Amino acid sequence: MNDQVLSVILTIITASTPLLLAAIGELVVERSGVLNLGVEGMMAVGAVSGFGAALMTGNPYAGVLAALVAGALLSLLFGFLTLTMVANQVATGLALTLLGLGVSGLMGEAFVGQPGVHLERLSIPGLSGIPFIGPILFGQDFLVYLSLVIVAAVSYMLFRTRTGLVIRAVGDSHQSAHALGYSVVGVRYLCVMFGGACSGLAGGYLSLAYTPQWVENMTAGRGWIALALVVFSSWLPWRIVVGAYLFGAITVMGFSLQAYGIGIPSQLLSALPYVVTVMVLVLISRNRALMRANTPACLGQPFVPDR
Amino acid sequence: MDYLLEALHVTKVFGSLKANDDVTLKVKPGEIHAFLGENGAGKSTLVKMIYGALQPTSGEFRWMGKTVTIPSPAAARKLGVGMVFQHFSLFEALTVAENIALAMPGAFDMRKLSGRIARVSRDYGLPLEPSAVVADLSVGERQRIEIVRCLLQEPKLLIMDEPTAVLTPQEADQLFITLQRLASEGCAVIYISHRLEEVKRLCHNVTILRHGKVVANVDPGRETAASLARLMVGGDIHVVKSAREDRRGAARLKLDRLRLPADGPFAVELRNISLEVRAGEVVAIAGVAGNGQQELFDAVSGERSLAQAAMLVIDGKPMGHDGVNTRRNAGAAFVPEERLGHGAVPAFTLSQNVVLTRHSSDAALVRSGLVSSGGAAGVSERIVRDFDVRKGKPDPEARSLSGGNLQKFVVGRELDRRPGVLVINQPTWGVDAGASATIRQAIVDLARQGSAVLVISQDLDEIFEIADRIAVISRGELSEAYPASGLTSEKIGLLMAGAHEIRQTSGKETAHAARA
Amino acid sequence: MRLVLEKRAGASGRMAILSPLIAIALTLITGGIIFALRGLNPFSALYVFFAEPLTTSWSVEQLIVKATPLAMIGAGLAVSYMANVWNIGAEGQLTAGAILGSAVPVFFPEFQSPLTLVLMLALGIAGGMAWASIPAFLKNRFGANEILTSLMLVYLIQLMLDWLVRGPWRDPKGYNFPKTIAFTDWQLLPQFQVLPPSIGPIYINLGAIFAVAAAVALAFMMGRTLKGYELRVQGIAPRAGRFSGFPREKTVWFCFLLSGGLAGLAGICEVMSTVGQLQPGISPGYGFTAIIVAFLGRLNPIGALVAAFALAISYLGGESAQVALGISDKTARVFQGILLFYILACDSLILHRLKFIGRRPRLAEAEA
Repeated sequence: MNDQVLSVILTIITASTPLLLAAIGELVVERSGVLNLGVEGMMAVGAVSGFGAALMTGNPYAGVLAALVAGALLSLLFGFLTLTMVANQVATGLALTLLGLGVSGLMGEAFVGQPGVHLERLSIPGLSGIPFIGPILFGQDFLVYLSLVIVAAVSYMLFRTRTGLVIRAVGDSHQSAHALGYSVVGVRYLCVMFGGACSGLAGGYLSLAYTPQWVENMTAGRGWIALALVVFSSWLPWRIVVGAYLFGAITVMGFSLQAYGIGIPSQLLSALPYVVTVMVLVLISRNRALMRANTPACLGQPFVPDR
Repeated sequence: MDYLLEALHVTKVFGSLKANDDVTLKVKPGEIHAFLGENGAGKSTLVKMIYGALQPTSGEFRWMGKTVTIPSPAAARKLGVGMVFQHFSLFEALTVAENIALAMPGAFDMRKLSGRIARVSRDYGLPLEPSAVVADLSVGERQRIEIVRCLLQEPKLLIMDEPTAVLTPQEADQLFITLQRLASEGCAVIYISHRLEEVKRLCHNVTILRHGKVVANVDPGRETAASLARLMVGGDIHVVKSAREDRRGAARLKLDRLRLPADGPFAVELRNISLEVRAGEVVAIAGVAGNGQQELFDAVSGERSLAQAAMLVIDGKPMGHDGVNTRRNAGAAFVPEERLGHGAVPAFTLSQNVVLTRHSSDAALVRSGLVSSGGAAGVSERIVRDFDVRKGKPDPEARSLSGGNLQKFVVGRELDRRPGVLVINQPTWGVDAGASATIRQAIVDLARQGSAVLVISQDLDEIFEIADRIAVISRGELSEAYPASGLTSEKIGLLMAGAHEIRQTSGKETAHAARA
Repeated sequence: MRLVLEKRAGASGRMAILSPLIAIALTLITGGIIFALRGLNPFSALYVFFAEPLTTSWSVEQLIVKATPLAMIGAGLAVSYMANVWNIGAEGQLTAGAILGSAVPVFFPEFQSPLTLVLMLALGIAGGMAWASIPAFLKNRFGANEILTSLMLVYLIQLMLDWLVRGPWRDPKGYNFPKTIAFTDWQLLPQFQVLPPSIGPIYINLGAIFAVAAAVALAFMMGRTLKGYELRVQGIAPRAGRFSGFPREKTVWFCFLLSGGLAGLAGICEVMSTVGQLQPGISPGYGFTAIIVAFLGRLNPIGALVAAFALAISYLGGESAQVALGISDKTARVFQGILLFYILACDSLILHRLKFIGRRPRLAEAEA
């Protein structure tokens, strides 16, 4: 029984990490006032790039790096359109998702059915061996720890440093930030690329740690769930951890119930995360005062400096 | 080194428009120097160049005798130039201290900075709480943030862009004391305004701009308000002819204990607003921006629905539950503050914009669900002719018109309907003198023909020019409406500050207001 | 050197027409480069991909088959996006329409009359509307972001379809394949011959006629009626829309029901023609590609009709390129994505002009 609980907890952590990575990246993007709906596409390209690089080099860390770079590059395309060309952010984000899913399908054709390279879990002598707690606290792959470190770093950066203050300022009023001499577009480019790198990493996690293989559309809407998580968090970094682990738990619960052969259609259990996403969005959005107080005021609005 | 700042033959060209044409002027240390001019005279362009936000097309600036280029606001701040914009560059979701930190170079130490803010704001009589969130502050307090932000950088030159436009007369007095103290310490102040009295009162030197050119540099002490006005406008100002007769008829617009909950964390709640506007009169609502004017307009126009129908009565009919079109069909017309994006669709042509507010009241514009573009064009031409709207093309997009011309169109679109009730928010905000005069005259004429007109305005000069009775809005509450002839700007200022602040002010001030 | 945009005084009419054409040209150039990088002759590859689908009557027929759902959904989405209502769950509404319409032959396989056809189409529209009404309701009642909710509902309805055709609706004589019984006679759309055999017999089904009718009707609505005026105002100036007295909630309902209904119609038409029964994968992502169609058509319903053909060519071209050149049919989706990017980039040139400028002037304090 203990073993079963342990394995469920471990699976929850692996299921939650990609959501956490993608959502914390998007949180920074949205804090700077940009809405990038292309998370799903960047994750897909990150997943296929990471898988491919790891397969070719035999090194999962090369895969992680490739996933990160691929996500950042794709986000640069989004940045060029929405920041330099001032295209509609919603439409461009959708375009990024469509392009990302298409490109990943094309790139991944050669990888279908190939066994992947697994990102191994750490093993710290002495610590990882502690029953129950050891594997949970000290036996994860490094990206699990990295994801939490990123959340802590983002939280510190946003609320304790000048960089974070500038990001929040740009998201709150790009006109004022511009008037004070800050490069609104420059700050936003950096944030968008950070978000892209995180999304790429999230995709890489899927194809290197969660299920080390390549399947087309393997992101399965996780990018969209990550976007919902940002709303759920009301743009506060630590709440992303709560949300991501909640969703991870719900996903895993579905699988576990299937394994027990309970007489519920498997499709209903697979649908659980999507249903919960909608419900969470409704619950959060109901509190309009909360939503309005925290939403970056310039979210999704194009910025063209006057002359 | 006689002069702090010199502008020599500065010209700035935007496309085909010369915003500044061969401007030469000199500012001494410790001098309060006014830039006086109408909207569009080029004052803002000039100071934006001094502040490094724009680059001159030709000409040069000298700073303490040395030729400089000022490529960015950061460079200007480095020289010692501070600027308080008319539209504040503040961040609503951030605290006072964070807002100030964003403009301060150097180490990032919020605690130390908060201490400095508290000290400077106390020294200069500009009280501020460093941890307060800007969204919760009044306009006057927000301006203090901007000023303290500049003062912390120990500027040699402080630029103020129309600072009193958003202040109560009492707040303005306090500001003048601060500025005079700064000047006595050797800091030069460039003071942009089009208010003649305060320029005469405060400034040592006046440079007057018209159509981008310097037309005069005079000592305000030796001029009269009328002579300054002539220099500014280049002729005599049109005076609104309003035969004020007490021939008021029945109440056509009635607000009865109107309440409206706040629309969000930063919005104003309207409380127990009662007012009657009678046939034949213009009633004005004065007040500092952000005290519920927008909310009141939304409530009266029907953009936001009211809890009880009886809260709003038009010509005897309770209409609080009705939408904006039903109210229009009952004879009311509305002109919002924001021309582009609220009163008119920027990307639509003028004739398309006619349909915006008249689709339900003009049978000729919409026939069985179809928009008649010919009918709309006819109405549009009539408005353009009657209100002298200047435009480049036969039917241009709204956004291509100048502020004054678009405002004439937006006002004209409603007046052309001969409404029984007109509600108009900031009728001449950002509009040149010529268009302002046309609009104000048209408003008064409408009232004299038997309509009831409600004007919401922050411009006291405008209010005194056209209003028969004046009420003041403060923190979502409306004062009684007093006859304009019996009011002074001091009394209005006290009302603007709100009833509970009056109780706090010293007896001396109250006595002064009562005497006035 | 930096690239900056400068606002134009007004919209450039020339760019408004040129922008989609430039976008298509840039996509072709990019495509040619991609082919060349893969060692193919770019010109012949582009010919196979984009021109061959127009050369035989069979392929033109296929083109119309593929363009039909794209145009139908794209026209509805164009109207919706114009009004700033972001329904991106058309794929789900398509599936919902297909499911509800298919209930007729599944439950009453013997019911064969013209009424069957009408009933199935009506239920298809109703299914799409019903599924679209969920995000509309959540948006209006709770302010929930319609982009996320409408998309989540795509996954939900697809899982539901999967469950239906593997469970209760499965054809008992279907060797355990996940599909319903095959539809027959009045459960299928009638076909019409539109060109005589001398030119090459081309058949189209009723769906194509619906698509054209929908695009024309919606274009008329947007261009001439007060309803269209209302939707356009709300899209470009929401505040002015409220001032004009158009209730936003009604617009959200209208747009979702309209675009959802059309997606549902497209779904049931697919099932009643090309597919012939209900099964998973009834659409190769038409609901998502239609987003591109709406934008390529510059959010104009007639534009969407034209754009649907451009996108249909890429689907067919992908198939024929796979056969003739041995490149993946997934190339088509990449081209579609690239095309959308170019459209969005070119569209911003309607309101802005591009300018290259030199470095910003340096801080130069002459120590005179």
